[in-house]
Amino acid sequence: MKKQSIEELQNICTQLRRDVLRMVHAVQSGHPGAPLGCAEFFVALYFDQLHHNPDFNMDGKGEDLFFLSNGHLSAGWYSVLARSGYFPVEELKTFRKLNSRLQGHPATHEHLPGIRVASGSLGQGLSVALGVAQAKKLNGDDKLVYLLMGDGELQEGQVWEAAMYAAHYGMDNLIATVDYNGQQIDGPTTKVMDLKNLKAKWEAFGWEVIETKNGNDLKSVIEGLESAKSLTGKGKPVMNLLYTEMGYGVDFMVGTHKWHGSPPNDEQLAKALGQLEETLGDY
Amino acid sequence: MSLDLKFTYTEKKDTRSGFGDGFLEAGRKNPNVVGLCADLIGSLKMGDFQKEFPDRFFQTGIAEANMIGLAAGMAIGGKIPFAGTFANFATGRVYDQIRQSVAYSDKNVKICASHAGLTLGEDGATHQILEDLGMMKMLPHMTVINPCDYNQTKAATLAIAEYEGPVYLRFGRPSWPIFTPADQKFEIGKAWKMIDGKDVTIFATGHLVWEAVVAEAMLREEGIHAEVINIHTIKPLDEEAILESVKKTGCAVSAEEHQINGGLGDSIAQTLIRHNPAPLEYVGVNDSFGESGTPTQLLEKYGLNAENIVKAAKRALARK
Repeated sequence: MKKQSIEELQNICTQLRRDVLRMVHAVQSGHPGAPLGCAEFFVALYFDQLHHNPDFNMDGKGEDLFFLSNGHLSAGWYSVLARSGYFPVEELKTFRKLNSRLQGHPATHEHLPGIRVASGSLGQGLSVALGVAQAKKLNGDDKLVYLLMGDGELQEGQVWEAAMYAAHYGMDNLIATVDYNGQQIDGPTTKVMDLKNLKAKWEAFGWEVIETKNGNDLKSVIEGLESAKSLTGKGKPVMNLLYTEMGYGVDFMVGTHKWHGSPPNDEQLAKALGQLEETLGDY
Repeated sequence: MSLDLKFTYTEKKDTRSGFGDGFLEAGRKNPNVVGLCADLIGSLKMGDFQKEFPDRFFQTGIAEANMIGLAAGMAIGGKIPFAGTFANFATGRVYDQIRQSVAYSDKNVKICASHAGLTLGEDGATHQILEDLGMMKMLPHMTVINPCDYNQTKAATLAIAEYEGPVYLRFGRPSWPIFTPADQKFEIGKAWKMIDGKDVTIFATGHLVWEAVVAEAMLREEGIHAEVINIHTIKPLDEEAILESVKKTGCAVSAEEHQINGGLGDSIAQTLIRHNPAPLEYVGVNDSFGESGTPTQLLEKYGLNAENIVKAAKRALARK
């Protein structure tokens, strides 16, 4: 894989943000906030970190695999998959529409390349990713499994069942990232159900924990993922706490839960797109 | 009273042992078969597999939701995971995990559920799930199997290892007559007509197939010739076999260790009502929870034994 410059990657992030906003605007439904905040993560992963094959095999043998536990970030995931060659970029216009492979939340039933399991009902992704990582160990496959979870999602009990399993079985071929934006549907996580000291929690569960303090700075995100990768293969699962801002990239959307699940209207879309230059060409 | 039974037995064994032995054999046949269990390895009879294939077996601790997700992930990686726990924890506790990560995602996961139904016995209603077949059969993509004895459970376990797709396999705890052949071929979705008859059809599943065999002999003493059909696969249901039999007999009884609501009887009723409306009487638990007791006592108290199948058959006959 040819490494791209930070400028090139930044252009993809900007285009991803445009894609997300246009997709949710077109159907007046969906979740723009979190994918805007995770654009740098998605792009760093798919265009810089993953050893992957857009020709897509379900079993992903010999490839690094990514799983999205917080499935409501689907618009962002679909954009990065399309932009990295899994399916035609034009297909993004079918998002959330009848007879589309781009379901509101990611699904496998129409066989969209890049998706290996449905997600949307929260808290299940870490378990599935661990199962895949376990299969990789059984298959003698030394590639890695990556996972993204939401921070609000950590309120689900299943996450901690999986956290225990990961440390017990020394799942050191897994890098889990938490989108630590501090927001969920009903408000800030500190008000809804305080996560308190997440770093200490994961450490207490037996994980290696790194913190990526600026999750909306591409260089920091890449450095964080590199640092996480350097910790794999040492007997412990790796947690990357990625501090992001929900809605990043659009001045009136950033830092609030209000755009978690609300699409922009025509005027708001125009205003938002005015802040995001078209770089790769809109779908 | 000595009944002239069409099927007899010399040995009793639990169906979970049939699962355990089938699982071990499946593991020997196919290196992709792996096991998971949520702290019930002994109860599920998964210990022999674990001993022979320690690297392919995963104790998950008391964490069923995680176990289902792990199994879905292993299936993505090309493995054939058998995830075992009590039927209660294998269904109701993890319904959403099964729905999203296994059924909707169409993963090749085998959910192996022991201690189903009233015959779990003394542990009581917290563990006696009577709703699992209904929950599982409602899920698109899911195959639902409830074999009747040790031999059939072993054969079913081997068959599901070769079938590609999500399966719910239900079995139980009590020592039960072994009355089907050891060398049987298990065909998923294919009902087995065990006894020919002309007056009434008894469709039975799981432990109650034995009760149906006994009921047939009791009815025959009174001059009533019942046909007994073993519905080991609740979904996909062998509608053809059901309709063919009822076309001949004109009435039927369903017998299952499950709530009447949502069970095998409901599936049969749907089939009959659409193609050949005919009297159908249910033998099942009537909208109640179970309680502690021995399996025999519980089957009697909740109306699930051979005597109750006989009564139901007579009610069905009277409605012809």
